[in-house]
Amino acid sequence: MSLPLDTLLRVETPEAIDLMLRPASVVPRALAYAIDLGIRGVILGLAYLVLGFLGHIGVGLIALLTFLIGWWYMVLFEVLNQGRSPGKQLMKLRVLNDDGTPVGWAGSLLRNLLRVVDLLPFGYAIGILSSLLHPNFKRLGDLVAGTLVVHQERVHARFAMPQVIPLAPPFTLGLAEQQAILAFAERQNGLSMSRREELAALLAEPLGVERSEASARLNRIAQALLGAHT
Amino acid sequence: MRQAPFEQRYQAEWDRFNEQLSMLEKRSPTTSLENSKAFVANYRRLCQHLALAQARGYSPQLIEQLHQLTLRGHQLIYRHPGNIKQRLLGFLLADFPHLVRAEWQFVAAASILFYGSLLVMGLVVYYAPNLVYSLLDPAQVANMESMYRPDAARIGALPERASSQDWQMFGYYIRNNIGIAFQTFAGGLLYGLGTLFFLLFNGLNIGAVAGYLTQLGSGITFWPFVVGHGAFELTAITLAGAAGLKLGWALVAPGRLRRSDALRHAAKPCAGLIAGVFILLTLAAFVEAYWSSSAALSSAIKYSVGALLWLAVGSYFALAGKSRHAPD
Repeated sequence: MSLPLDTLLRVETPEAIDLMLRPASVVPRALAYAIDLGIRGVILGLAYLVLGFLGHIGVGLIALLTFLIGWWYMVLFEVLNQGRSPGKQLMKLRVLNDDGTPVGWAGSLLRNLLRVVDLLPFGYAIGILSSLLHPNFKRLGDLVAGTLVVHQERVHARFAMPQVIPLAPPFTLGLAEQQAILAFAERQNGLSMSRREELAALLAEPLGVERSEASARLNRIAQALLGAHT
Repeated sequence: MRQAPFEQRYQAEWDRFNEQLSMLEKRSPTTSLENSKAFVANYRRLCQHLALAQARGYSPQLIEQLHQLTLRGHQLIYRHPGNIKQRLLGFLLADFPHLVRAEWQFVAAASILFYGSLLVMGLVVYYAPNLVYSLLDPAQVANMESMYRPDAARIGALPERASSQDWQMFGYYIRNNIGIAFQTFAGGLLYGLGTLFFLLFNGLNIGAVAGYLTQLGSGITFWPFVVGHGAFELTAITLAGAAGLKLGWALVAPGRLRRSDALRHAAKPCAGLIAGVFILLTLAAFVEAYWSSSAALSSAIKYSVGALLWLAVGSYFALAGKSRHAPD
């Protein structure tokens, strides 16, 4: 099978099946980072307000909190919350290892410690350049840790196929052709009437029907491919 | 088999698997062992169904549905082991010292860089005190002098330091020192140059301070103060440096691997070293804030406890975790 043209990443699992992952690019990741930054800012701001009254102990606690939030916020969320910091969760992103497995302590610690290099020389310049140049949008920290940020899968409702009388295809179909016809039958409710006619008309000639009949004919062939009992 | 009968036959099974997934994803404690075993078997079956659906050219929607179920199952099956207490114990008792011994070349290189620059700078400043101003500005030097005045009640901080300040200093040490160690490591990604800079910079600074205070006669407050936590802190800095150098070395001399692969190979032991550095520096901050700063204890006690701590750290890295079996 040829690789798809888009940025899908194919990962083979030990069960010998292919998982498709969708690496996330700079913009959604930057937005997620901005959200996380805001959340951290608010927490620290509140801490200053409350702990500021506690004198020396308060100052010590603030220093501790600054350290924890600065260095460990991302790590703790990524490991304990299925690869998602709050910002990533809102942007529907998650961090995975290169082989598609959930990220662990070592991977998350590395990618987040090395963030300080991605930050250089200003405004995440190295990180942005690196992820724009990499086919899977990895910044340096991701490269070293062997991790990857992907879009979470979205669950789509299934379209129902129209119920028509099945008709065997006039000639033998290859796998890709078979799938194309099934895809057309499944997705047609999401297409406009004229687009549907236009797509089906491409096959009018090989099927030997009028252009306006092609869409109905494809639906009948799709039913036959499904092999439902009528 | 055509798609419709295939779906008809297995749809109920997929629905059950979906329910099982939702239950396990919530990590509900009610999941029994049998249930988990069934889950693994079901996952393998689902993988088979997905492979069949792809090979037989079933419709994209069905494949997508199966793919999503598989993906969720994959996430659950291959998640990292959860028993963190056990892993932490194993790391401390065996893995960490073992790792340090395995990476002895980098540890040695970092130690030579750090202790070497520290020693040289210390001796130079001891015999030529004015050279301290080449590194520190006069305000810093004055502050340092007042911190370690031999007549101070509490040392290692401003003279009027009270015990509630221990807390403040603890937080400060954690934030400051661990931040520096993490940066020392991360600097390794700049072809090792960042690590080199931080190692030498810290070595020179600490050397200058030590040499200057000793020739001033403040050594009798300075050395008892630093000897205790130094065992953890200086060791941690060299280990962070070692991890950084290892990372840099993978970039400079990747050997037969591509640079990106060399980096990934080097990264795993580095993560272990850095986790250990974090633990060492947390210990150091405790000792520094609550033990080192106390002026009630005599210097003799501090020197002997300090020596014991150095000995403990040294023998830990030399001996711990030598046997292959974890102690019960």
